[in-house]
Order: sequence, then C-alpha cells, then structure tokens
Amino acid sequence: MTAQSGAGGSTTRRGFLGKLWLWLGGLAILEGAWITTAILRPRKRAETDRAEIVVAGPVERFDVGTVTAFPAGKFYLTRVGDGGFLALSRRCTHLGCTVPWVAEEGRFICPCHASSFDLRGEVLSPPAPRALDLHPVRIENGVVKVDTGTTITRSEFSTSQVARP
Amino acid sequence: MIQLLMFVRGKRQRPWPWPWPWPWQGQRQRQNLQAIKTSSPPEYHGRAELSGGAVAATKEEQRADGLLRRIWRSVFRGPIVPTNDRERRWVVFNTLLLHFRPTQLPEKTLRFTHTFGLGGMSLVLVLLLFATGILMMFVYEPSPDEAFQSITSLQDDVLFGRLVRNIHHWSANLLVGIALLHLLRVYLTGGYHPPRQFNWVVGLALLLLILVANFTGYLLPWDQLSYWAITISTAMLAYVPGIGEWLQNLARGGPEISSATLIGFYTIHTTVVPAALILFAALHFWRVRKAKGVVIPRREGEVLEDKPDKVLFLPHLLTREVAVACVLVATVVLISVFFNAPLDTEANPGMSPNPAKAPWYFLGFQELLLHFHPIIAVVLIPLAAALFLAFLPYLSYRDSAGVWMMSAVGRRSGLAAVVAGLVVTPLLIVIDELRSASADLTSGMSGILPLAVVAALIGVVIFVLRRFMAAPRDEIVQALVILLLVAMAMLTVTGVWFRGEGMALVWPWEIGG
Repeated sequence: MTAQSGAGGSTTRRGFLGKLWLWLGGLAILEGAWITTAILRPRKRAETDRAEIVVAGPVERFDVGTVTAFPAGKFYLTRVGDGGFLALSRRCTHLGCTVPWVAEEGRFICPCHASSFDLRGEVLSPPAPRALDLHPVRIENGVVKVDTGTTITRSEFSTSQVARP
Repeated sequence: MIQLLMFVRGKRQRPWPWPWPWPWQGQRQRQNLQAIKTSSPPEYHGRAELSGGAVAATKEEQRADGLLRRIWRSVFRGPIVPTNDRERRWVVFNTLLLHFRPTQLPEKTLRFTHTFGLGGMSLVLVLLLFATGILMMFVYEPSPDEAFQSITSLQDDVLFGRLVRNIHHWSANLLVGIALLHLLRVYLTGGYHPPRQFNWVVGLALLLLILVANFTGYLLPWDQLSYWAITISTAMLAYVPGIGEWLQNLARGGPEISSATLIGFYTIHTTVVPAALILFAALHFWRVRKAKGVVIPRREGEVLEDKPDKVLFLPHLLTREVAVACVLVATVVLISVFFNAPLDTEANPGMSPNPAKAPWYFLGFQELLLHFHPIIAVVLIPLAAALFLAFLPYLSYRDSAGVWMMSAVGRRSGLAAVVAGLVVTPLLIVIDELRSASADLTSGMSGILPLAVVAALIGVVIFVLRRFMAAPRDEIVQALVILLLVAMAMLTVTGVWFRGEGMALVWPWEIGG
C-alpha cells in the first residue's frame, strides 16, 4: 500500500508491474507475428537454390532466325540475325501465361491477352509492358549453356543482351 | 427444429406417443406459482416465473426425482417446447444459437420485400458450404500430383461425390451474388445509419472473407481453369508499385504456382477463412440484435412511433426464415443435380488455354486491366472503391434510415444512374477497344486517358443530377454508389460473356467454338 502512494511523478510498484505486463503482452504478440511470417515466407527450394545449367547443344545445331523450345527448362533458345543467342523465358510479362512460338507468323503470341513478341523477345503488341525475361547464355567450347536459375528482367531489347559464339 | 414442429402442431400435451410425461411436466405444473416463487431458493427464480409447462422444482423435490429425470433436467433447464409467449421468449433468450437473435422485433420489419431474406440466405449457403466442404476434405489431397485425381475420383467413384462437389460449387458462387445483393439491400433501405454504422463495416469484412474463400477454393481442383485463373489473378498483384513482386511471391508461396501455393490456399480455405467467417458472422448477427433488429421501413417524412408494434422472434420470424431456407436449399440441390461444376483437364504449366480468365468475380478487374494503366486498374480503382464503401456510413447524411432509396428524388436519380451505367459502360468499352488494341497502356498518357474520361463523365452525371433533378448531396452520393456497382457489373458481364480468344470482344454465342 505504501508503494502505491509514492510521491507524485515517481513510478509506483503496481504501476510498474502493470506496464511490465503490457510490454510483455506486446512482446508475445510480436513473437507470434514473427513465427507466423517465418512460416509463411516462401521457402527456397533445393532446385532453385543452385544455378540450373541446361546444356542446349553445339552452336551449329541452331540455325540463324530459329526458335527452339526447351520445355523442361521453361525457356526458348533463339538465334538472332547476327548469329548471337538469346534464352527467352516463356512467361508472358503481362500476367504470366505461357507464350507459344507461332512459326507461321514468326512471333510469340500470348493466348491470354494477345500480347505478341518478336524473335528477340521485344514487345510487338500490348498489353505486355516489357520484353520477355532472359536467362544468361554462355557458350563454352562451341556448346550453348543456359542458366535457368537466374532470370534477368529488361524493358526492351539491346544488342548487349545477345551472347555470341 | 423440434420446437418449431411442435409449435406448428400447437399441441400443449405430449405431441407423440411417449411412455411417460415429458420430464418438465408433472404434478409440480399444477402447483401455485406464487408459492414456488417464495419458497424456492433464488437460483430457481428465473424458472419459477415461467408458467405452464416450465418446471420449478425445489431442491427437495429434485432429490425425489429419478436419475433419468435429474440428468434430463441438468441438460434442459427449461421448457423445450414452449407453450406460451413467455416461454418462447425464455427459449430464445436461453438457447445458445437463438440467443444471437432478438427475442422480439418490430412487426413492420417482417415483410419479405423489405429484406428479401438475403442475410439469412447467406447464412444458409455458408452452412451448406461447411457441410459439403467437410465431406470433400475426407477425399481431397492437397498436392499437385494428387489433387486432380482426387477430384475425378470424388466425382466418379464416390457415391454422391459429384453432387456434393456441385452443391459446394453452386453455393459458393451463389453466395457471392447473394451477399452483394444483401449489401445493396442494406444500402438502399438506409440500413447503415446509426446505430448500424459499424455493422456495415463488419458486413464488408464478411464480403471480403467470402471472396477470399471463393478465390482460394478456385485453385484446389488443379485443372487448367483453376491453374491459369490463379496465375493471372496473382500476377495482377505484381503491378502494385514497390512491393508487387513481394506480394505476388507471398500469395504464391514462391515465384510460381507450385505445391507451396496449393497447400497455402488449402489451409486458408479450410481453416483460416471458416474460423474468421464464424467469428465475424456471430458479431454481425449480434449487432443486428443489439440494434433491435433490422432497420424499420418507413415512408419519406414519416415519423416512427416511439414504441413500434412488436412480434416475437419465435415463431414469427423463425418460421419465415426456415421457409426461405428450405426453398433455397431445394433450389441449390436442384441446380446441382442438373448442372455440373466445371472441371477442365489437369493443370499443364506449359500450355495456357485461350482465353485464360480469372474467376468471374475478378473478371471486372481483368477487364479494367485491358483499358487502364495497370497501377490504376489493380491498385487505384479497387482501393478507392473499397475505401469509399468502408467510409460510406460515416459520411454525414440526413437521417433517411428505412426510407427506400432516401426519397422520391433519390429513386429517380438512382434509376437515372442505373440507365447511365447500363448504356455508357458498354459504349466506353467498345470505343476504348479500338484504341487500347494498339496502345501501350504502361507508357505516356494512353493508360491515364481513360481515367480522365471516366472522371469527366462522373462530373457530367453529378451536374445533370444537380441541375435537372434538383438532387440533394445525399441523393447524388447514392446515385454514384449505384453507378459504381452497375458499371462493375457491366464490366464483369463483358469479361464473362463477351471476351473470346485473345480476350477480343465477341458475341457470347461465338465463345464456345
């Protein structure tokens, strides 16, 4: 009782304990939130952790101006005008649909909202906002290798993106 | 239910052959009520005041009872079949579930065309969903390898499995529509005025939960429809500036739709949402009770008497609600017998169907995405609409509670808004289709121009209402709400029935081919 009637301004024992409970309660809520976010956070899968190198094949196998689909790696390997290579993600940059290559028209046409892209992944018609994403291409000893573990977003095509043999 | 049946039969005595009197009946029934009141200990007073069939036992009398009767009385502490109004009140007040309802309510609110029973219908659909959902959980396996097979197995191998899935599907879709109609009814009858302001917000939370439940449930069959609808819908999140990528990954449990997405959606669908739904629905009902029932209908300028005529919840409202529930359940079951829930082929991440559409309740937003800058379509417009709806009961209004569409001017301007929405929205869509087919909506003015046009048109509507209909401010706000809802409905209709391959505008009969 004497603790309660402490001098004005100074903390009483009861007041201090009340505040302590409040802080502990807040701490418990924070811990709960931490645990929840830790469980909800997307886990890194083993297969996406390491770089996934897809060996596409020797350079000579791909003619200039052709598109080769790699369904397992979820990308297209295209050989552009000057003989350089691009690995294009098959995911449409608009809403994530899978974009097929339409050989008759010579372009990628998204079935969902009719966005289309040329051989270099450049947007030919909207609503897609960006060119198709890229995967890094390396050419070692005349063999084309694609790193599907890494995705490069770009707004438009530039010649620096092309890997040349 | 038993109580209801017995009330309808109107029997005071044993309603069916029974070897001994109901436990609460007996010689004590005939005892002098006053004597019991004064002689029984205080804890029995509540029951002693009940007349007729109610038991009012002293401790001595209870000890003299047989074991079975004592057990029975420990479970049912009062009458099960009420025989007079006093007991009916007692039953409503002392039964857990009935206790959420008012014991009595203004007679005027009973009229079917005042509420159309839409809130009760929503509850019935939720209960149907719980029942069928629990049944399906015994068969469904939430993993990408098993999900689709477990659904086909449910439909083809399990007796009534297809019917259960159909009932779940149609109830869920009906629920979105009924809940929206309920929102509209509450709005148009002025059911958001004090003391019901906060209950409007609770109702919006319930609507959000219903949408989340529908959306998370959409993925579970793991067919082409669900896989690509969820792909598109979650990809819309990526357009949120700054945190878009993070939001999308959070919703999907990773960069792509995978087993992490499926298990996440499954958990939300089967535990988080139902639990939240029960809590918020209880709060919703409780606050209706605390507001003394739903808003009382009245004519413009009519002043309600201080003490309106009241009727008892049991039987007057409960019988009506049970009747509506029976018709609704019969309708849903009938629909489910004749129309199967859609199921496409198993999900194939390598091939998007053409066209790929979001679930129908999000097609309005997908339609917006074809005309506006993505940030406007996915962030600005939905956020503005949600905030507008949430703050609606807190804008200052003159008290128009209970008056259908506020006033005669309100009804006229509301009708004008409906017509404007029905005519102008499709017109704008068609006009903009010519432009947006070739325009890049993400750069320059082309994605912002439509917003300016829409804002200008809203300005015109406000001007017309004020100038030619002499509509006061409240009526104009109401007309804008109606315009918003009608426009959204038209966008959804366009997305569902007028968008074919490559999301090009087509006639509905051309989609099938």
